[in-house]
Amino acid sequence: MSDNPLGTTRPENLLHRILDSDIFYSFIRSPVTVVSAIVAAIFFFAAAFAPWVAPHNPFDPATLDLMDAFTPPAWEADGTPNFPLGTDDQGRDILSTIIYGSRVSLIVGFSAVLFSMVIGVGLGLLAGYLSGWVETIVMRMADVQLTIPAILVALMIDGVAHILLPIHLRDEMAIYVLILAIGISDWPRYARVTRGATLVERNKEYVSAARVIGVHPVKIMLSHVLPNVMGPVLVLATIGLALAVITEATLSFLGVGVPPTQPSLGTLIRVGNNFLFSGEWWITLFPSLALVTLVLSVNLLGDWLRDALNPKLR
Amino acid sequence: MAERSMSKLSSEPLLEVTDLAKHFDVSKPWLARKIEGAQKQILKAVDGLEFKINQGQTFSLVGESGCGKSTVAKLVVGLHKPSRGVIKFEGRNVADAHSRADSAALRRRWQMIFQDPYASLNPRWRVRDIIAEPIRVFGLVKSRDEQIDKVGALLTQVGLSPVDGEKYPHEFSGGQRQRISIARALSSNPEFLVCDEPTSALDVSVQAQILNLMKDLQKEFGLTYLFISHNLAVVYHLSDKIGVMYLGRLCEVAAAKDLFTRPQHPYTRLLLETIPDLEMTGRERVPVAGEVPNPINPPPGCAFHPRCPFANDRCRSEAPTPTERSGHIVACHAAEEGRLPDATFQAPKQPVAS
Repeated sequence: MSDNPLGTTRPENLLHRILDSDIFYSFIRSPVTVVSAIVAAIFFFAAAFAPWVAPHNPFDPATLDLMDAFTPPAWEADGTPNFPLGTDDQGRDILSTIIYGSRVSLIVGFSAVLFSMVIGVGLGLLAGYLSGWVETIVMRMADVQLTIPAILVALMIDGVAHILLPIHLRDEMAIYVLILAIGISDWPRYARVTRGATLVERNKEYVSAARVIGVHPVKIMLSHVLPNVMGPVLVLATIGLALAVITEATLSFLGVGVPPTQPSLGTLIRVGNNFLFSGEWWITLFPSLALVTLVLSVNLLGDWLRDALNPKLR
Repeated sequence: MAERSMSKLSSEPLLEVTDLAKHFDVSKPWLARKIEGAQKQILKAVDGLEFKINQGQTFSLVGESGCGKSTVAKLVVGLHKPSRGVIKFEGRNVADAHSRADSAALRRRWQMIFQDPYASLNPRWRVRDIIAEPIRVFGLVKSRDEQIDKVGALLTQVGLSPVDGEKYPHEFSGGQRQRISIARALSSNPEFLVCDEPTSALDVSVQAQILNLMKDLQKEFGLTYLFISHNLAVVYHLSDKIGVMYLGRLCEVAAAKDLFTRPQHPYTRLLLETIPDLEMTGRERVPVAGEVPNPINPPPGCAFHPRCPFANDRCRSEAPTPTERSGHIVACHAAEEGRLPDATFQAPKQPVAS
């Protein structure tokens, strides 16, 4: 690129290009976004490297001591610095369970978003590009599913899977069932957005140009249309991640999510809830705060991304 | 065909269209139609078109917006399936190319240049990939190096630089984008180019450059053009033959010079009246009366009769058939009956593409 006589203003490498872009500028200009990005990054980092970050391993029975049970947070009278946020009824360190819990929550959230994105974007592309009866079937399916609250759909799928699976597999498979349930409950939103954007793109002349030379429709959809509809889908996916984490927490809170042996944030809140009235408030409060902070920061990031990618607001 | 091939190359029809029609179903959905008791509505965008394009020549279709010119372009390159009629390319019916190999062999030989240079290039692709798409689809090169060389040569050919291939379409102006479009169209070495208003989205000075480029390329590669435009002045300097369309039908087909100097059809005369001309500034103009009627519900008889100053009862009830008259093919009762006053026009003086 350096031998380009006209490209005097073109930045030299990828890092420069990113630092020079409109999106990065709008990111730096919004303190709320920077803070939520940092918070979200801390969560992602802690979740990814939980075994190294967490002070204790809360799921190794050998390290647990029932004598430590119900230790309050470090700043309370009976607290110890060994357990900064206190311990639960089995003597597990709350901070560590939160780190491991957000790991489960985020794995479920990311996988569910990816799953519903693949289904939704795939069906939306087909519906928008092919139109006709394919579109009618896909979009009516989406409409019908949207009349039922997503959480009920997820509950139903979870319930059905629970009955179908043999008992010894239930706990093992719980996380996959959860991903499936949340993923399926959320695909219509992706399908709708993708279809709408595809309808616009498919009538553009670059698609006609590809059709004139006889490019296969599937190839046109994937290499021409898909890259041009991904903008709004990515915004939806960011907000969808926050929603998926909440849905997972709700399901786990209701007791149909992941088992207590591998708790997510939702499970932690539910378990801690039992001790709220006996005065051990920290067991449920800190996981709740973690959930709120995580979801809020991801949501704020999504909001910013939506505005940043919207050319009308630039 | 056999005796024609004896004569010079340019008299052999490359493309022959007979009774071409495209009808669109624009009715409401089935349920709504049943509830309201409405009829099916058919839009006859193109209805019984006939023309030939000889090798190495330019045939232009002109007409007002909504007369079906672009639909003809799309029909010819296969973006729409005709409702009726036959398109023959080098004497072979295009609809007979069923197999993938057959249709690829045909598609390789024609290309299309589009109207809107801002929509015809995929914004997420680099220019070199855009231009190379036909090369890749038809498997015209063996190696990546060869492809890069070919793209560079094409970019130079259309007046851009080979390094421009690294850029994205948004880094170019409208005229430059149209050059990229042309480079893409040329990349599969086609013989026949369908140009759907390639200059209408550009400003006048850039229009001239693009038209000149297209003329040069035609000379260099012996290309055949089907040129769609609403701009008569543009068409005059580029075309060998011109067809004037009105509401999905051809009303007059003639050699470019003939059509401009001795127009036969009243609609052609009306269009020629409207060409702006520096020398004639301030002269009285006959304003174009009326609008193009709704093609869903076209007027009976000759579709042009509500706007025609020479219409009589026959025009209002009977559709005219195209007939040959002193080198023009004209579909008009008044011209056939000799009811039209003689009219001569001056061809546009300044070449637009200069």
